[in-house]
Amino acid sequence: MAAASAVEVPNPSDAVSAKILRAVARAPLNLALVVLGSLWLVPTIGLFITSILPASADASKGWWQIFTKPSVATWSNYDSLFHNSGLVQALKTTAYIAVGNTFLVVILGALAGYAFAWLDFPGRDWVFIGVIGLLVVPLQMALIPMFKLYDTFGLYDTWEGIALFHVAFGLPFAIFLLRNFFVGLPKDILESARIDGANEIVIFVRLILPLGLPAIASLAIFQFLWTWNDLLVALTFGQNTTPITVWIAGQLREFGTSIDIIAPASFISLVVPLCVFLAFQRYFVQGLLAGSVK
Amino acid sequence: MSAGGITAEPPVAAAPPPSGEPGRLGRYLVGAFFLAPALFMLGVWMVYPAVYTIIRSFFGQTGFIGHWVGIDNYKTLFTTSALTTAIKNNAIWVAVVPAMVTAVGLVFAVLTERVRWAVAFKTAVFLPMAISAFATGVTWRIMYQQDPNLGAINALSKTVSGVFSPAGVLSSASPSIPALQSSGGALVLKTPTQPGGVALLGLTGIAPDQVPKSSVQAVVPAAKPGDIEGVVWRDFKPGGGKVGVVEKGELGLPGVTVELRNASGKTVQTTKSKPDGSFDFSKVSAGSYHTAIGAQTFAKPFGGFGWLGPNLIVPSLLIAYIWIWAGFAMVVIGAGLAAMPRDVLEAARTDGATEWQTFRRVTVPLLAPVLSVVFITMIINVLKVFDIVYALAPESEYAKANVIALAMYFTAFQGAGDFGVGSAIAVFLFLLVIPVLALNIRRFRREA
Repeated sequence: MAAASAVEVPNPSDAVSAKILRAVARAPLNLALVVLGSLWLVPTIGLFITSILPASADASKGWWQIFTKPSVATWSNYDSLFHNSGLVQALKTTAYIAVGNTFLVVILGALAGYAFAWLDFPGRDWVFIGVIGLLVVPLQMALIPMFKLYDTFGLYDTWEGIALFHVAFGLPFAIFLLRNFFVGLPKDILESARIDGANEIVIFVRLILPLGLPAIASLAIFQFLWTWNDLLVALTFGQNTTPITVWIAGQLREFGTSIDIIAPASFISLVVPLCVFLAFQRYFVQGLLAGSVK
Repeated sequence: MSAGGITAEPPVAAAPPPSGEPGRLGRYLVGAFFLAPALFMLGVWMVYPAVYTIIRSFFGQTGFIGHWVGIDNYKTLFTTSALTTAIKNNAIWVAVVPAMVTAVGLVFAVLTERVRWAVAFKTAVFLPMAISAFATGVTWRIMYQQDPNLGAINALSKTVSGVFSPAGVLSSASPSIPALQSSGGALVLKTPTQPGGVALLGLTGIAPDQVPKSSVQAVVPAAKPGDIEGVVWRDFKPGGGKVGVVEKGELGLPGVTVELRNASGKTVQTTKSKPDGSFDFSKVSAGSYHTAIGAQTFAKPFGGFGWLGPNLIVPSLLIAYIWIWAGFAMVVIGAGLAAMPRDVLEAARTDGATEWQTFRRVTVPLLAPVLSVVFITMIINVLKVFDIVYALAPESEYAKANVIALAMYFTAFQGAGDFGVGSAIAVFLFLLVIPVLALNIRRFRREA
């Protein structure tokens, strides 16, 4: 990852022969890493290949039959899935939940993070410790009461209800992450803005949000992936409103064997997070480190 | 719940604001403006439900009024076998996964530290972190399929086991004549044979595609003085034929291990049959012998481990889970390694420490804080594990694979829908993570 490799120490005074010698000495290490790395990739590759095998493929052979007979590969599974209204609806629901709640978590988290970092009001640190305490509360603690509350207020089986639940349980980490980042911003910039007469809202919008962008990006990616991939919350609060994970789970229960639906649907469900992750890997890792090392 | 203090903060009467500076009340108001939305969410979705769940756990299945049951729900938690299995399984998860993930992450981080293409390797190992545990479950279901022709892991196991205990030439066959009797996996011809004799070993029950490809028309070899001759053949031809007689159209069975056993049952010679099924034991000393078809001929081919069956489901889940989280540990530990003071390592090496000594005595102790963070994070994750079990374990194995979070969901929202016991399970889970909560707060206060 970028964070780790950037610190590599160059060794300028190596003779060529020493370099060759080192390369030979490192062959076993490189080989071991190639094997391990492929080991980590095989399951996902296997899922993808399974997803492009047609139902007519030899059912008595595993997905690696494609290596001896590449011609069996087909996009027809995907084609029929994208004409499946259930899956398309599930994808939309997933997107609403993931985007909507991420947006709210970022806004609310940034507001609170700023308050904890730069506003001075009595009891601030105690409230912050309370929020830190909420970090580890398992969401199982809220499932039953919120199930009843949602039922009363008509939020059961809506994407908004699922998204709001994610907002609440994402907030402690969001506040923790952003507060810690905002605290590290240069104090004099804020002070001079205050002396110039800018009020807190202007400072927040004009200074904090732009300066805090790296941390906000980390948080947004984290929250997006977390909620895109969620199963338990959607399973509890949705019945007909189902994101992709719950939709596939339903397929798995109802038609246990139709692998030509389940494999491509699973692969579709992981393409979006995969792209987000690959595009913003740096921010993802930063968020991870801020959350666990700090 | 320390967060209970959030809403209970008393609105202190404002002192007259000094000119320019916002007063106490003013600072409250500004703070409240920024905090209110977040605190509202936390109050309604976390604090209120947590209090509700704790109270609810002391009431029965159907509701509050008139259903006080004291600690009965908690008794149920520790006496119902489905729930105790869940607790036991979670204990296994806690005992195995954090240590394994930390160890694998440490090894990967150290191995990749000075490799040029480390980024590619790290991305590959880290990828599963981005994928939903649910999709991972589906993925590993495909990997774990029992039929070695379908499941990649059993295919690999089959290749390996094929080297050590290969499948027999004939995995299913039965004798065609009563004199050929099964004994310890082998088939022994009970009629004794003397040197100069010919033994006929007829087998049936062999599917056409099971007959070895090199097989040709069976031939009864001519008797030779001093030798024992014989033939192993498929005593069957389309349309019937006579039992115990080698006829035209009946195939010899090549490659079959034939043993010659003396009167006391000890194997004195071993040979393999030819394409026409014939075999020959030469220079047999006088006496009475039994010919036998060796047990290895009938060895069943490797049928695959039942990774998703009742005995292996928990280890299967652990493996898939470690596969997901190894990347997390690797990245966090890798960052710790990168931040480590180089001069300390150099000093150790200059002092003549070997790589292993440097690793063991310098690197690991210096990394201890990072390692413990990974370890503790994994304990929390493992206590709350749900998705992967739900997706990877077949429904029929839920009872065996059960974990606390899964038990909570099924108790409260499926079947009987018992909110009382469901709440008790949630509280139990909460109690398990409280020590970590305390640790987190202490860490923050030390930093602040």
